[in-house]
Amino acid sequence: MGRLAKIQKALSEKKISLKEFYQDFIPQIKNRNSKTNAYIEIFEDELDAQKNRSDEYRGNLDGLPIGIKDIISIRNRNLTAASKILTGYRAVRSATVVERLAHVGASFCGRLNCDEFAMGSSNENSAYGPVRNPFHLEHTAGGSSGGSAAAVAAEMCLGSLGTDTGGSIRLPAAFCGITGLKPTYGRVSRSGVIAFASSLDQVGPMADDSLDCAILLQAIAGRDSRDATSLNIPTEDYVAATQKRILKGLKIGLPKEYFNMKGLDPEIEKQTQESIENLKKAGAEIREISLPHTPYGIAAYYLIATAEAASNLARYDGIRYGKRAEEFDSLKDLMIKTRSEGFGAEVKRRIMLGSFSLSAGYYDAYYAKAQFVRSKIQREFLEAFKSVDLIFSPASPSLAFKIGERTNDPLSMYLMDIFTVSVNLAGLPAIAFPIGLSQSGLPIGAQFIGRPFSESQLLSAVASYEEGFPSKRGALQC
Amino acid sequence: MLDELLKKYEIVIGLEVHAQLNTKEKLMSAARNDFGKGPNTSVSTICTGMPGALPVLNQKAVEMAIECGLALGCHVQKKSIFSRKHYFYPDLPKGYQISQYDLPYAQGGAVEFYFNNEKRKINLQRIHMEEDAGKNLHLDAQGISLVDLNRSSVPLLEIVSEPEIRSPQEAAAYLKALRLVLRYLDICEGNLEEGNFRCDANVSLRLHGAEKFGTRVELKNINSFRNLERAIEYEALRQFQAIEDNQSIVQETRLWDANKNQSISMRSKEEAADYRYMPEPDLYPLVLTEKLLSDAESRLPELPIQKMQRFIKTYSRSAYEAEVLCASKELATYFETVAKGLNDFDLASNFIMTNVLAKISNLEKEMKSFYPDSGALTELLHEIQSGNLSLGMAKEVFETMFAEKKKAKEIIESKGLSQINDEKIIKDCVLEAMKEFPKQLSDFRSGKDKLFGFFMGQCQKSLKGKANPSLLKKILEENLK
Repeated sequence: MGRLAKIQKALSEKKISLKEFYQDFIPQIKNRNSKTNAYIEIFEDELDAQKNRSDEYRGNLDGLPIGIKDIISIRNRNLTAASKILTGYRAVRSATVVERLAHVGASFCGRLNCDEFAMGSSNENSAYGPVRNPFHLEHTAGGSSGGSAAAVAAEMCLGSLGTDTGGSIRLPAAFCGITGLKPTYGRVSRSGVIAFASSLDQVGPMADDSLDCAILLQAIAGRDSRDATSLNIPTEDYVAATQKRILKGLKIGLPKEYFNMKGLDPEIEKQTQESIENLKKAGAEIREISLPHTPYGIAAYYLIATAEAASNLARYDGIRYGKRAEEFDSLKDLMIKTRSEGFGAEVKRRIMLGSFSLSAGYYDAYYAKAQFVRSKIQREFLEAFKSVDLIFSPASPSLAFKIGERTNDPLSMYLMDIFTVSVNLAGLPAIAFPIGLSQSGLPIGAQFIGRPFSESQLLSAVASYEEGFPSKRGALQC
Repeated sequence: MLDELLKKYEIVIGLEVHAQLNTKEKLMSAARNDFGKGPNTSVSTICTGMPGALPVLNQKAVEMAIECGLALGCHVQKKSIFSRKHYFYPDLPKGYQISQYDLPYAQGGAVEFYFNNEKRKINLQRIHMEEDAGKNLHLDAQGISLVDLNRSSVPLLEIVSEPEIRSPQEAAAYLKALRLVLRYLDICEGNLEEGNFRCDANVSLRLHGAEKFGTRVELKNINSFRNLERAIEYEALRQFQAIEDNQSIVQETRLWDANKNQSISMRSKEEAADYRYMPEPDLYPLVLTEKLLSDAESRLPELPIQKMQRFIKTYSRSAYEAEVLCASKELATYFETVAKGLNDFDLASNFIMTNVLAKISNLEKEMKSFYPDSGALTELLHEIQSGNLSLGMAKEVFETMFAEKKKAKEIIESKGLSQINDEKIIKDCVLEAMKEFPKQLSDFRSGKDKLFGFFMGQCQKSLKGKANPSLLKKILEENLK
C-alpha cells in the first residue's frame, strides 16, 4: 500500500490527524526541496492553512498534499512551464484535472519542476534548474515530469500529476522508482494544461504504487466539455481494479524489436528478464510479438511533436502576458526578442524543427509522412492486441544518468524515449512501475502497455505484480 | 478608356466573401459574440489565447454553416477538417487562426440572381468555416497600439466564387444576392460598412476568346458595394494601362483607399506568408450526420431566387419588381399579404413600391415594425377598390397613417375624406356649374373639348375633391352634351 492510501486509512481511523501529518510534512518538503529542486514553488500559505485546519478529515483526498507539474494551471498561482517566457503569468482558471482533484478535497502543495514546456527527458531543460534524483543527487530524475517523480519518491507529496507526450510520466517514474500512468489519449482532460504536442499530450497520476495512482486517476478521468478531444467513454472503478489479481492466464506480449535493441543497459536487461520470469511464475502466458515499425517511432514522434509544439508555442509572443523584451524597435523586433530571450535552447530547437517540417514544400515529405507512420504504428499495436492482452517492456533504455552527461547530445537524449513514444503515437495507455534496483541503487522500471481505455487492466496487472514481487526501494539521499 | 479595354479584354473577377455568423457565442469559445460593451469585454481564455485553453466548436455555428451550404446548393461534406493557419500578429492571440484548408465543409454550389433582368448563376468553389481575428487600434498621437480581442474567434464563413464574374456591376449584384441569401437564412447581418460582411476581389484581364487567365491581383479593404465597383474598375484599368505600356502584371495584394479612389500595393506574392497549415489537433474532424443535414434542410426558408421566380409567376411581376419586392423576407411577406388580401396584385405592388418603400431607408431594421402594417395597408387599399377613395386620396391617408400611426378608417372619418358616390349630389353640382359658366358651356358645345377638364375641376373644387372621379366624368358627359 502506498503512502497516499496509508495516510487516508490512518486519517479515517483517526490514528493520525491532518495537523500531525503536516507537522512532519512541512519541514520535510522544505528540506528535501533544497536538495532535489523538485518544486519550483512550494505553496507555504496552503501548507500552513492545512496545518492550522480546525475541522476534521472528510475523506478521499481531503487535505492531502498533491503536487502539480508546473504546466498544469492552478487558479491564481503562477504558471511557468519551467520557462522564462511565462515569467509573471498567473493562471486565470484551474485546469479541469486540478478542479476535479479539488472537488475531492485535494490540497495543492506546490508547482513541480519539469523540462521547459515538457520538452526533455532529464529535467535539465528547466529555466529553474535540473531536478536531482532523490536516490542519487548527482543523477537526473528523468523528464519531463522530473519534479513530479522526485517529489513522490522523496515523500514531498502523496501523489502528483505529470504529463506524458512521449514518455514524460513513465521515464521519470522509472528513474525515480515510482509508479506513473499515462492514460489513453482522451481519457483525461487537457483543458488548462499548457500544450506541448496536442495530439500526444495526456495528464496522468504519479504515485507510490498502483493503488495510489488509481485513487488519483479516479478523480481526474472522464469526459470534459472543455476539451473536445476528451472522449465520452465511462470511467471504471480503478481503485477496485487494484484488488484484482489477473496475471494467471494473462497473455503478455514482448515486442522483439524492443528487446533486440542496441544500447539497452545490461542491468535493465537482466532485471527485465527476471521480471518476465516472475510474470511466468505468476501464471502469465508470455508471447513474442512483432511491432516492425518501432524503429521509425522516434523519427515520426519528433516530427509530429515538434510541428505541434511550434504551433502551440506561437502564442508566447510578449503581447498579452508573460515576459516581454525590454527594448525593441518594431513589432517584429518585440516578438523576436521576446521569444529569443524567453525560450531555452531545446525549446528553440524544437520550434525550428517543427516550423521547418510544416513549411510549404516540406509538409508532405515530413509531417504528412510522419502521420502516415503514426497510423501504421497504431494499426500494428491494435493488431498485436488481437493475440495478447498486455505488452511488457522496459520503461527506459538506461538508468538515471548523471546530470550534464548527455546535454550536448540531443539525439542520444531523444533515444531515451524509444520504449515510450510509440505508445503516445498510438494513443494507448501505459503504466511504468518499479521492478528493482541497479547495483548502484538506482531504480529500474518496466511498463505495461494496454488496449485503448484498459487503465483498469493495467492497474490490476501492476497491483498483482507488486503483491507477488515487491520491488526493493533504494535509500534516499535527501 | 473602359470601352477600349472591353473591346480587347474581358474583366475576370472572383470574390472571396467573409460573412460573420450571428451566433450568440463565438466559434471556438463560449464568450459572447457581441462587442457593444467596450474593448476586451467579450472574451474568454480561449479567444485570448491563454496557456492551456482549448477550442470547443460551437454547434450552432456549424448548423448555420450547413444551412448556408445547402441554400447555395453546395456539396456539404460529411467529413471536413479544421486546420491551423499560422502567422504572428498581435490581433491573432494564438499565433494561428483555426480555419479549414484542404477539406472545407462545403464545395461547389452557386449564387443565382437577376442581373439586368436576366438570370445569372455564378458558381462557387467552396465555403469554409474559420474564426475571425481581433483588432489592432493604433493611437498614433500617443505612439501606442492597443489590441481588442472582442472579435477574436467570432465565426466566419469564407465563401469563394469561381472567377466567373465579368463586370464591376455584376460583382456588386452577386455580392448583394449572396448577402440576401444570408439574410433570408438569418445567419449574418450582412453589413459591409460594419465589417460583419467583407469582400476581397480577385481581378485579372483576359483577351476575348483566350482560354488562359491573366495574372490576378487581390483587392482588399472594400467596405461598400459602390467601392467594390470602383475598386474593380480602377484595377481593370490599371492592368489595362500596364499591359498597353508593355509592363507585366505583378501578382500582388492591393488595398483599396476609398478616400483617394485608388489602390496601393500591400504585398507581392514573394512576400506572402507561408502559413504552415497543419490539421488542428485540438479538434477531431468535423463529421456531419445525416440528421444534422436533414434538420438543416428542413429549416431552410424559401430562398430569394425561388421567391422572385414565384412572384414573377404567381403575381405576374416583372423580374425587376420581383427583385425589389424580395429585397427582404419581411417586405416579401408584406407584399404577399396585401396582394392576397386585395386580390389585386398590381395595386398592391405599385402602391408598395411607390409609397411604402419611399418611407424605408433600411429594410432590415425598419420593415419589421413598419406601420401601416400589411393589415392596415390592405384596409386602406380596400377603400380604393370599393371606390370610397381615389388613389390620390389614398396616398394622402397613407401619409397620415404613417405619421400618426392611425387606422385608415379613423382618418377617413375624422377628415371627412370619404368619396362622394351619390349621383344626385354630383348631378346637382354639375347643373350648378353649367349655370355658373354659360360661356364655357357654349364653347364646349361648339367643339372646345378641352373645356371638359375645366368642368371636372370646377365640380371637384366645389365638392372639395371628394367626388368619385369616374362617376363625375360619367355625369358630366351625360349633361354637358
